[in-house]
Amino acid sequence: MEEIIISTIQRTMVAGTPLLLATTGEVLCERSGILNLGVEGVMAVGAVVAFIVTMTTGQPWLGVLAAVAAGMAISVIHAVASVSLQANQVVSGLALTMLGLGLSGMMGKPYVGKPLTIKMDDVAIPWLCDLPVVGNIFFNQSPFFYLAVFLALVAWFFLERTRLGIQVRSTGENPRATETQGVNVYLLQYWSVIIGGGFSALAGAHLSISYSKSWVEGMTAGRGWIAIALTIFALWNPGRAIWASFVFGGIFVAQYLLQPLGISPNFLAMLPYVATLVILLLISLRDPRKLNAPAMLATPYKRGER
Amino acid sequence: MTMIQISFSDRYNITPLRSLMTSAGAFAAGLIVIGLIFAFVGVNPFYAISEIFMGSFGSVYGIKETITKAIPLILVGAGLTLAFRAKFWNIGAEGQLLMGAIFATWTAQTLGPSLPSWAIVPIMFAAGFIGGAFWGIIPAFLKIKYAINEVITTLMLNYICAEFLTMLIVGPWKGKTRFGFPGTDNLPDSAILGIISGSRIHYATLILALASCLILWVVIYRTRFGYEARVVGENPDAGKYAGINFLKTSLILMAISGGLAGFAGVGEVAGIHHYLGYPASVSSGYGFTAIIVAWLAKLNPVYAILSGLVFAGIVVGGDAIQISLGLPAATVQIVNGTLLIFLIMGDYFLNHQFKIRFKKK
Amino acid sequence: MKDISKSFHGIHANKEINLHVDSGEILGLLGENGAGKTTLMNILYGLYQPETGQICINGNPIRITTPVESITHGIGMVHQHFMLVQNHTVIENIALGYKDTPFFFPKVKLREKVRKFSEQFDFSIDLDQKVWQLSAGEQQRIEIIKALLNGADLLILDEPTSVLTPQEIKELIDILRRMKAEGHSIIFISHKLDEIMDICDRVTVLRKGQIVGHADTADTDKKGLARMMVGRDVVFSIDKEKMEKGAKALSVDNIHVTGDKGMPAVKGVSFDLFKNEIFGVAGVAGNGQRELAEAITGIRKIDSGTIRITDQEITNLSPRKIYDYGVSHVPEERIRFGIAPGLFLYDNAILKQHHLKKFSKRYFLKYNQVKTHAKSIVSDFKVSTHSINNQIRNLSGGNIQKLILGREISEKPKLLVASHPTYGLDIGATEFLRQHLLELRRQGSTVLLFSEDLDEIFELCDRVAIIFDGELMGILNADDPALSDIGLMMAGSKRMAESGNPRPNRLTNE
Repeated sequence: MEEIIISTIQRTMVAGTPLLLATTGEVLCERSGILNLGVEGVMAVGAVVAFIVTMTTGQPWLGVLAAVAAGMAISVIHAVASVSLQANQVVSGLALTMLGLGLSGMMGKPYVGKPLTIKMDDVAIPWLCDLPVVGNIFFNQSPFFYLAVFLALVAWFFLERTRLGIQVRSTGENPRATETQGVNVYLLQYWSVIIGGGFSALAGAHLSISYSKSWVEGMTAGRGWIAIALTIFALWNPGRAIWASFVFGGIFVAQYLLQPLGISPNFLAMLPYVATLVILLLISLRDPRKLNAPAMLATPYKRGER
Repeated sequence: MTMIQISFSDRYNITPLRSLMTSAGAFAAGLIVIGLIFAFVGVNPFYAISEIFMGSFGSVYGIKETITKAIPLILVGAGLTLAFRAKFWNIGAEGQLLMGAIFATWTAQTLGPSLPSWAIVPIMFAAGFIGGAFWGIIPAFLKIKYAINEVITTLMLNYICAEFLTMLIVGPWKGKTRFGFPGTDNLPDSAILGIISGSRIHYATLILALASCLILWVVIYRTRFGYEARVVGENPDAGKYAGINFLKTSLILMAISGGLAGFAGVGEVAGIHHYLGYPASVSSGYGFTAIIVAWLAKLNPVYAILSGLVFAGIVVGGDAIQISLGLPAATVQIVNGTLLIFLIMGDYFLNHQFKIRFKKK
Repeated sequence: MKDISKSFHGIHANKEINLHVDSGEILGLLGENGAGKTTLMNILYGLYQPETGQICINGNPIRITTPVESITHGIGMVHQHFMLVQNHTVIENIALGYKDTPFFFPKVKLREKVRKFSEQFDFSIDLDQKVWQLSAGEQQRIEIIKALLNGADLLILDEPTSVLTPQEIKELIDILRRMKAEGHSIIFISHKLDEIMDICDRVTVLRKGQIVGHADTADTDKKGLARMMVGRDVVFSIDKEKMEKGAKALSVDNIHVTGDKGMPAVKGVSFDLFKNEIFGVAGVAGNGQRELAEAITGIRKIDSGTIRITDQEITNLSPRKIYDYGVSHVPEERIRFGIAPGLFLYDNAILKQHHLKKFSKRYFLKYNQVKTHAKSIVSDFKVSTHSINNQIRNLSGGNIQKLILGREISEKPKLLVASHPTYGLDIGATEFLRQHLLELRRQGSTVLLFSEDLDEIFELCDRVAIIFDGELMGILNADDPALSDIGLMMAGSKRMAESGNPRPNRLTNE
């Protein structure tokens, strides 16, 4: 029994890792006021680039770097459209998803089904991994896990405890006031989108070189969309995103657990999405102050004299 | 020293001609970039693009397939033109389509065996409409009453419906005659839609699609409701000033948008597959592709007919080059995504004019 | 500031302005809305660029291209609409505005500094509260703290008392006096004469973009300032037919309406309107006119009191119902509330009327009638456009307004509520519109005219009410000689009972 619990929690950590990475990135992006629906596509690009580069060079970390770079590069498209061209952010993000899914599918075709010989091994943190019970769960994990938690904490720290973080958050709430006080709002938004894209790509890299060690089209399986919902669930707070991501990871893992109990796996699969709706409803009922969303989210900011 | 200064300012004389030319220009620019992408992966761009065209429009078989694939795109796309005009971002058309398919299947299985074709088919379509409308009304209600963003709600409902469908076909609706992969039994014969011989075109849905576009055009441009929906999308403040009831308007427009997607679902199940299977087999991303269909159609339901054909052609042509050039299925997504991006950028050039000035410093 | 000029779209907002302020003095900048005060100060603060002229500090000419530069030069500004992030805490907002905020742990590190400042000026503010929870006065204090932290020697305050309670105004005045004693300079923009006289050492008066006078407050009085501000001494009335007042048309009884920021905007207003009459409400914009108009037309909730049309109570009915009872409205922010920009001209011609029987039959709109109607508005009101099939956003601002006016007027309403209807129109269109208003009056309707343009008020109105700070300072007939004090009433210094007897000033009696 204990074995089952331990392995469940372990797998929950693994399942939640890409969610946490992508959610952290999207939180950073949305806090600056830009809605990026392209997470799913960027994640796919990150996955395929990480795979290809790792396979060709034999260096997983090089694959990670390349993935992040690729994710950032492709996100520029959405940044240009949303910030400079003031285009509709919903449509632009969807276009990015399509493009990302398409490009990754095309680039990955020759690599389908080829297993990765060099892969990203789990890393056991010395001493901590010997702790009873928790040792194996938390401290003998893929490096991506540690990275995800670490980056989420860094993101939280950045947003809440640094000057630049205050500027980013103010941009999403009231760009006019922020600009008047000397901040280059457009530049901040560009960077938020681009860095957010880097995070999504990182999540994809985890999927292809740590989680499944292979590439197959569609391997992101909707995780990008979940990350977008998790952003709201986490109330745009990277700290909350940590437990939100792992809760959702747990629900995914629970599918396999509860199956033997006879509960329909599809019903279980619905739960994360239903949970999102219910939570949104509850939050809205309790405090109609717009669910804590950045006040000017998805509203293009027009710089102007009058 | 002379400096070149480029400045953008708002454009004030947007004519339909300019609008058309900008869209065409954006489309062409998109094609060029797509060509570049093809070249980058070692495929002859001219050959690839012409293969796409030939695959979808170059043969009778191709045209028939294109029309078949266009049916759901036109239906869903038309519904989206209404929703988007009111700035209701319905990205849940996928789920609404599936819900329509579910309702239709239930109707067909329950009432089909005892009714003749001419009775069951309309009832089936009506059920499909109701199913899609029901799934579309939920996010509308949540948005107006509880200010919950419709992008998230429609998206979540997509997944919920997909899982619900899967649950049905592996559980209570599992077909007794089906072995191996899950699905319902075949629909009763009376419920299966007739097709144009030699093709897969289920003409009932096709007629419904074309009729819906025309009717929807009338609704949007000639009725009070359509007028109010447009005002709400253009300027909610003006809507408030004009005394428009936001709740009523949103519910109706999402009922229509969802209902039309529901029609598409009926068509796929009763016209093409003849049974209800996995979500991915019922709809291959029509709900998302329809977004671009609506955008290219400039949110005009009549143009959606042409736009739907164009994107159906891309899908069919994409299948063709999958076979002949060994390109992956994902290629279609690249084409779609690139075209959409260029269409968005085209909008910018439509709404702004740029002046190049030479300034002497 | 020397010879500063600035135009927007060909209209001079500032024309050759010269002004100066010394350290340790408070300069008042007086004028009506649209006089150019805010534009001028925005230039000083670096938000706008002047077309001509220059700015000098201590005799040295400087260039200011962004607010950051002006902050470096020691200029701070408290805007009329606060530049605050409502969802953030006080300390976060200060961290945003302070130029030397440390990168790490800004909130913690700034706390001490802010506390010292607060003590110095006797503010008491909870740094961890969210801004939206604070009163307007407290929010304003945050803005002042920001400016002072950045080392402002010169502080500009734009209409600072417009959102404050009387108690908060007193507190603000104390703060300003303390700052003055410390050697700061202050430019105080206002249209309220009592405050200017109370606080400022000198006054510069602007009207229609130009300086019309300077004075030391010790050497002048409110009447003199009022005269400079509105530019007239005497009331003229123009030929319009004398009309017998008809039956009672509208009855407003002691209504209270809350404004956007949660503060009362209309405080116990009562008046009656009659047929065959044009009733003007004069006053500087921002004193409750918009909220009053919105309350009458149903867009804004009335907290207490009633409104009746003849005998039908219309308090808090929906805008459409009120419209059906015969009330038409030309709103203050015409483009924002009055049109759907992407739709065609003929679509917009029926924006509020589309449910009427003559334009719609059951579910359908009768586009033939709509287009005919649109064409007649275009020709009657001389809207300049290629055709009615043009998208309305392609028209110029002035033409859009003509269309909106035409739309509301052509329905021959029982009561037309017109908020600043000729604002932004050229002379010809203005005259034309005024003729139409007189025509409505002749035909037995009532016009409730909100305007800042006193020429217009006197040309058109049978009776005039003056509104200040949400209350009516007086309701007078157009030929009442007491109207020579209209400037004083608009600026809150004088109040009259309806019979024309002066009442004591509430502010000074506190």
